[in-house]
Amino acid sequence: MANAECVSKWNSQRDASSLRSRKTVPTSQKTSHSKCTAVPENRDCQKRAEDDAQPSNGSSAQLSVELNDKTPSKVQLMLVAGLSLCTRLYRITQPPHVCWDETHFGKMGSYYINRTFFFDVHPPLGKMLIGLAGYMTGYDGSFPFSKPGDKYEQHNYWGMRGFCALLGSFLPVFAYLIVLELSQSHGAALIAATLLIFDTGCITISQYILLDPILMFFIMAAVLSMVKFNQQRHRPFSAFWWLWLLLIGVNLAGALGVKFVGLFVILLVGLNTIWDLWRLLGDLSLSLVDVAKHFAARVIGLILLPLFLYVAIFAVHFVVLNKSGPGDGFFSSAFQSRLMGNNLHNASMPEYLAYGSTITVKNLRIAGGYLHSHWHLYPEGVGARQQQVTAYLHKDYNNLWLVHKQHNDSQSGTPDLVRHGDIIRLEHKETTRNLHSHLHEAPLTKKHFQVTGYGINGTGDKNDLWQVEVCGGRKGDLVKVLRSKVRFLHQATGCVLYSSGKTLPKWGWEQVEVTCSPYLKETPSSQWNIEDHINPKLPNISLSVLKPNFLEILLESHIVMLRGNSGLKPKDNEMNSKPWHWPLNYQGLRFSGVNETEYRVYLLGNPVIWWLNLTTLGSFVIMVAVASISDQRGFTLGPKRKKHSRVLMRGGGLLLLGWLLHYVPFYTMGRILYYHHYFPAMLFNTMLTGVTLDILFKSADLLLHPPYPAWLQRTGHMVLLATVVFSFYLFHPLSYGMTGPLAHEAGSPMAGLKWMDSWEF
Amino acid sequence: MLPLPLVVTARVDLILVLVSLLALWTRLSHLGYPSAVVFDEVYYGQFVSLYMKRVFFIDDSGPPLGHMILALGAYLGGFDGNFLWNRIGAEYPSTVNVWCLRLLPALCGALCVPLVYLLTLELRFSHLSALGAALLLLLENSLIVQSRFMLLESVLIFFVLLAFFSYLRFHNAPTSSWSRCSWLLLSGVSCGAAVGVKYMGVFSYLLLLGVASAHTWKLIGDRTVSHMHVLVQCACRLACLVVVPILLYVFWFYVHLSILNRSGPHDQLMSSAFQASLQGGLSRITQGQPLEVAYGSQVTLRNSASQPIPCWLHSHKANYPIRYESGRGSSHQQQITCYPFKDVNNWWIVKDPGRQQLVVDTPPRPIRHGDVIQLLHGMTSRFLNSHDVAAPMSPHAQEVSGYIDFNVSMPAQNLWRVDISNRGAESEVWKTILSEVRLVHVNTSAVLKLSGVPLSDWGFRQLEVVAEKLFKGHSSSLGWTVEEHRYGTSQEQKEREAELHSPTHIDVDRKISFWAKFVELQWKMLTLKQEESEHKYSSGPLEWITMETNIAYWLHASTNAQIHLIGNPVSWGVANLSLLAYQLLATVYLLRRRRGFKDLPDGAWDQFLSLGCVCVGGWLVNFVPFLLMDKTLFLYHYLPALCYLHLLSPALVEHAHTHLLSSVTYQRAMCMCASAILLSVFLSYQTFSPLTYGRPELSANQLQGLKWKETWDILYRRR
Repeated sequence: MANAECVSKWNSQRDASSLRSRKTVPTSQKTSHSKCTAVPENRDCQKRAEDDAQPSNGSSAQLSVELNDKTPSKVQLMLVAGLSLCTRLYRITQPPHVCWDETHFGKMGSYYINRTFFFDVHPPLGKMLIGLAGYMTGYDGSFPFSKPGDKYEQHNYWGMRGFCALLGSFLPVFAYLIVLELSQSHGAALIAATLLIFDTGCITISQYILLDPILMFFIMAAVLSMVKFNQQRHRPFSAFWWLWLLLIGVNLAGALGVKFVGLFVILLVGLNTIWDLWRLLGDLSLSLVDVAKHFAARVIGLILLPLFLYVAIFAVHFVVLNKSGPGDGFFSSAFQSRLMGNNLHNASMPEYLAYGSTITVKNLRIAGGYLHSHWHLYPEGVGARQQQVTAYLHKDYNNLWLVHKQHNDSQSGTPDLVRHGDIIRLEHKETTRNLHSHLHEAPLTKKHFQVTGYGINGTGDKNDLWQVEVCGGRKGDLVKVLRSKVRFLHQATGCVLYSSGKTLPKWGWEQVEVTCSPYLKETPSSQWNIEDHINPKLPNISLSVLKPNFLEILLESHIVMLRGNSGLKPKDNEMNSKPWHWPLNYQGLRFSGVNETEYRVYLLGNPVIWWLNLTTLGSFVIMVAVASISDQRGFTLGPKRKKHSRVLMRGGGLLLLGWLLHYVPFYTMGRILYYHHYFPAMLFNTMLTGVTLDILFKSADLLLHPPYPAWLQRTGHMVLLATVVFSFYLFHPLSYGMTGPLAHEAGSPMAGLKWMDSWEF
Repeated sequence: MLPLPLVVTARVDLILVLVSLLALWTRLSHLGYPSAVVFDEVYYGQFVSLYMKRVFFIDDSGPPLGHMILALGAYLGGFDGNFLWNRIGAEYPSTVNVWCLRLLPALCGALCVPLVYLLTLELRFSHLSALGAALLLLLENSLIVQSRFMLLESVLIFFVLLAFFSYLRFHNAPTSSWSRCSWLLLSGVSCGAAVGVKYMGVFSYLLLLGVASAHTWKLIGDRTVSHMHVLVQCACRLACLVVVPILLYVFWFYVHLSILNRSGPHDQLMSSAFQASLQGGLSRITQGQPLEVAYGSQVTLRNSASQPIPCWLHSHKANYPIRYESGRGSSHQQQITCYPFKDVNNWWIVKDPGRQQLVVDTPPRPIRHGDVIQLLHGMTSRFLNSHDVAAPMSPHAQEVSGYIDFNVSMPAQNLWRVDISNRGAESEVWKTILSEVRLVHVNTSAVLKLSGVPLSDWGFRQLEVVAEKLFKGHSSSLGWTVEEHRYGTSQEQKEREAELHSPTHIDVDRKISFWAKFVELQWKMLTLKQEESEHKYSSGPLEWITMETNIAYWLHASTNAQIHLIGNPVSWGVANLSLLAYQLLATVYLLRRRRGFKDLPDGAWDQFLSLGCVCVGGWLVNFVPFLLMDKTLFLYHYLPALCYLHLLSPALVEHAHTHLLSSVTYQRAMCMCASAILLSVFLSYQTFSPLTYGRPELSANQLQGLKWKETWDILYRRR
C-alpha cells in the first residue's frame, strides 16, 4: 500500500504541476524523491520527476502555499478517520431495541445464520454481510426482530451495528481522498470531510443495521477508485492502473449487490468510461489496436468482473439458504423443490391429475401466483358483483380448488384421470364457488373478461366449464402434476385463463388480477401448473421435479425482485416523502420513539450543512456559467483562474453528474420513496461543496488586495468549521438519542431547534 | 407617391401550392361525414359545450388553448352547446354544424403538409426531398384520421412544426433585419401555442430551446462580433423564446377564466374562494352571508383537501358499532363523518362554552384565532367530541364522536380551539370562506382531520374523520373552511331545524385576483389524479413503433362502414428504417471523424447534424417520455413523434444519394427505389382509405383482408 500511496501521491503532484503549466518548483520534487526512495520501484518515480524538473519557470508565491498544503496530508487523513470513527461508534449500542428497518435487515441477517430462504426486493450482498458480521461477533440468529421497539436483551446485536458504523465511518475518509484527488487542494478535501463527519444524518444512518451504510461505502469506494484510475491515465496498463480498474469493478459489483440503487453509480462510472474511451479514440497517436486494448481492458474490468462477482454473490446466496422459509410462494414450483422443508422437496403425490382431487394451481409467469379466491365480492362498478378470483403469492388455504367433472358425479373406486380436452369444473374449496367467467370487462385489463367465483356448493351454470389443454399434448393425454403446462379454455366464450400480473387496488387486497383472455397465444401468463395434488384414493408417488439450473434461478429471482420493487406503491394514507423534500431537509424519518418517555432517534441531516450544500450547489452553477462564458468569449485568464475553472468543470462536473444521477431518477419512480434515499446524492453534493467553497475562498483576491485574501480564506475556514461544529453540538441529540419533552416544549434537549414545522421531534 | 407603373413580381412554388391543395383535399373533403360522435369527440365535445355556455370546468389533460380552438370552431358554426355528448356513435342532430366543429383541426392538419415541405427546405435539403416529406405526411392515414375530427393532435403538430420552421427561418436568414426578428417572435408564439394545446408540446419546446441555446453558444464564441451585439442577440432570443411563451401560456388561462364565469360541474374541486368568484353555484348560496363567524353562527365546514373527494363535516343519527369487524371496541357514540354531498346534516352551530344560548348576540361577538368553542350538530344537538379511543379505520388516531353520555365514566371532552392557519395577525377574526382553520382539541391537543378512509357499511361508506396528534407539518386534510354561514336566530330546537332547512341569502361580492385563480387552477390541474384504468384500445409505447395496435374510432350503426386510427404500414416501416439508418450512419461518421477521417465536408456534416437534432431529437423527446409515464396511452400519442420521422426519411435518402453513392448507376437505382417506395406508400394509402374516411363500405371478407396484423381489432358484422 505504501507503494501505491507513493505513486499516487507522486502522480497527484505531477498532475497538479502540469495543471499549473509546469511551473513546478524544485522543493516539491524533493519531497517526491524522498518519499519514493523508501519504495523498491522508485526508478520509475525518479525518472518521471526528472522529466518534470526540466521546464520549470515557476512563481514561488504559489509554491509555498502548495508545499504547506502537502506536508500535513497524512496527519489530516488520520484526523479525519479518527473523528469519523469516534462520531459513528459513540453510543452505538443505544437504544437497545430494534429501530425502524432493523426489523427487516436484522431479520434477514438472522435468516442467513439460520439458512432459511426468504424473499426481499434488494439483492443479497448487504444482508449477507450483516449476517456475517453478526455471526463473527457471536450473534446466533435467534432474535426474531419482529417489530421496531423490541428489546434486544441478551442478544449480541452490537456486532451488526458496529459493522455498519465501521463502513459508515469510511465515508468521510473516502470523501477526503476523492476531493483531494479532484481538486488537488487540502482545503477542499478537509471541508468535504468535515461536513460529512459532523452531519447528524450521516451519523444516524450509519449507526443502525441498515443497508445504506454498506451501499454508500461501495458507492464511495467505486468513485474513489474511478478518480484514482483517472489519475493513472498517463500510465496505461501499469500495475496500479490495473489495480484501480479492478477495484472499480469490485466496488460496482458490491454496490449493485446491496441495492439496485447501485445502478446509478454504475451509470456514473459508465459515462466516465465512455468519455475516457472517446478521448482515447481521438488521440491519433494511439493505433486502433491500442484503443481496442483499452476497450477490452475496460470490458473485463468494468463489465465482466462485476458481472461475475454479482452472479457469485447470488450463487452464495442460493447455496447458503437451503431451507424452506417465508419467501417460497414467490417462486415457481421448480424453484421451491430445491428448498429443504418445502412440500415440493422430494415431493410425493399422485402423479396424474384426477377428478375429485384437491389441487393448487400456479401460474407459470415468473412471480405469478396461485389461483386464489376469497369471501369478497368485486366492488360495484367492476364487472359483475360476484366473488373475486385473484392470483396470490403466498401459500394459503384459499388457494385450494377441487376438480370436478362437467356434471356432478358420484365416484366410487379409483377416480378417473383428467385428460387433455376434458371439460372440467374447478370448485373453490373454502367458498364452494365455481371458477366462472363471462362477457364483462376484467377489472384492470379491459380487453379481457372478468373471472369470478359463482354458484354455491358447486352448482353453477354453463359459464363454469373449462376445457383442460396440456401444452404440446394430444387428445387423451394425461395431466402430469408439477410437470405439465396446462391451459384452461373457457367453454362458453373461448377465452383462456390468464394472469395479467397487474396488482388490484385495495378492494382486491393488492393481489394480482386474474382474467380470461380472448387472445389465445401461448404465453406463460396463460399457462398454469398443478402444484399440490391431494387425493387419498390414489397412491402417492415420489416425484422428481426438474431442478432448474442456476441461470434460471438467477433470472427468476431478479424478475421476482423487480416485481416486488414496483409493487411497493405508496399507500393512500401514508405520509409520502417527495423527492423535492430531500435537499431542503424538509422532513426526516423517525427511527425510534414517538412520545416523551421514549428514547427518540430522528434521522435528519444537520440543517446548517444541508442548506449550505444547497446554496453552494447554486453558486457552483453560477461559477461554472461565468467561467465557461468567459472562456467561450475568449477573455484571457490568469493561470490560477484557469486552474480553478478546470477543477470546477472537471472535478465539480463529475460530482455534479454523480449528484444528478443519484437524485433525478427518483422523480420518475412510482414506488414509495423515503428520505434516506437521498443520502448517496447528499454525499456527492457535500463533496461538491468542498470543491466549490474552497475555490470561492481562493478567489477572494478578485476583490481584495493581498494580504487580505489569505486572511479571508483563513477566517472563512475557521468560521465554517466553528459553525459546523456548533450546529453539530446543537443537533447531536437527533443522532445519539434523546428523552424528555418534545421540541415544542421548553426543557426539551431540542428546545428552540424545531426550525421547520415539518420536523417531527 | 407610388412609383408607377405598379408592378408585382411574385414567385410561386408550384409544388408547394399543389401539395397544399392536395392536403386540403385529403383533410377537408366530406368533413361532415360521419355525422355522428367519433371517439374522443365525446370527450372534447363536452368542454366545447361548456365553453358555449360559459360554464367553468377543469380538465387535467391539458391547458385550455386546445379546447378554446375547438370552441372557436363551434362558435363560428353557430353551435349553441345544446348537445348531450354521452356516447360514441350518437348521431348529431341537424342543428349542429358538424363541418364547422371539425374545420379548425382539419385545417391545421392540412397545413402541416406544406409546413413539412418548407421545414425540409430550411434544413437545407432539396425540393425533391421536401416533396417526398410532404407526400409521406400527405398519405399518412393515421394523420388524416386524426385531423378530420374534433381532436387536438393535429393542432399540436401544426404548432410544433411552425415553431421549428420559423426558428430555422430565423437562424438561416442572412442579416439581422426586422423580418428575421419577426420569425423568431413567430417561433416563440407557436411554442407558447403548442404548449397551450397539450402538455406534450413542452418536450418539443425544450428541444427547440436546446437547439437555440447551442446556436447562441456558438454566437457567444464568435469573437468577430462585438460584446454589445452578442448581448442584444441573447436578450432578444431570451425574450422571444422564453418570455413570450410563458406570457402566452398565462394569457390562455386568462382568456379561459374570463370566458368561463359560471359555476358548473367541477366547482367542488376548487377552493371556496374560487367558487365564490363564479356566477351561480356557491356564490349564489353564499352571496351576502355574514363574513365573520360569531358565537351562535350556523355553519357548514368543508375540508380543504380535495382528496379523495371534497366533503363537509357531517353527523347523523347512527352510532359507532360497539365492536368493529376487527374486534376492536368503540365508544358507541354518534358517528362523525365527512360527507361529499350537500345535506342538512352538514350544519353545525358554533357555541360559546361559557353560555347556554345558541343565537347570535347583537352586536355579534366574532370568534378570533385562539378562541375556544364548542360545535353543536344542528339536527341532532350532539357536541363534537373526541377522546382517547382508537378511530374506526385509523387506529393510531383518536375517534371523533357526537357526545352521548352513557354514564360509563367517559366524560365529555368537547372543547375545541380555533387555530386559523392562514391568519395575517394573531387576533384575526374567523372569516367565512376565506379563513382556513384547524380545530385543536383542547384536552388532548389533537387536531380534527379528514383521514379520507371510507367507513364500512355501518357508516354508510362515508369518509372517516379523526383527531390526530400533530406531528406532521402542513396538510390540507387538517384545514376546514366555513362555506355556508348565517347568524342563528332561534333558540328552540324545532325552529332551529326549520331554519337549517331554509336556504341562506343576502349579498356581498368577493373577488379573488386572476393570479390567485391561475395558480390554483394550474395546481389543481397538475395534481388532480384521475383513476388510471386501462381502456379497451389503450396501448403501450413499444407497441406503437411497429403499430401493433389500432383504435376503432367509429362504426356505422348498421353497416360495416367504420373508421379506424391505423397508420399507413408502408410509410410507418420506412420511418422506422430511416430512424435506424440515421443512427447507424451517425455512429459510423462520429467514430471515423474521431479517428481523423472526414467523410463529409464541413457544410454537409453540419447539415447532417442539424437534421439529426431536429428529426431524431424530435422523435426522442416525443417518444421516450411516454416510456416513463404512468398514464393510459393511445396510439395517437405517437403521431407527433412519427411526423419527425417522416421528415427524416426523404432527407436521409438525399444524403445517401449525394454523399454515399459514388457511381451514377447506384444513384439511379436509388431514385428508382425511392419512387417505388413512394408508389407503394400511395397504394397502401389507397388500400386503407376506406377505414380512414369511413366509406366506401367494405364487406366482411375485404375487412378480413385488411387485417394485416393479428393484433389489430377490425370489427365486422357477419350477415
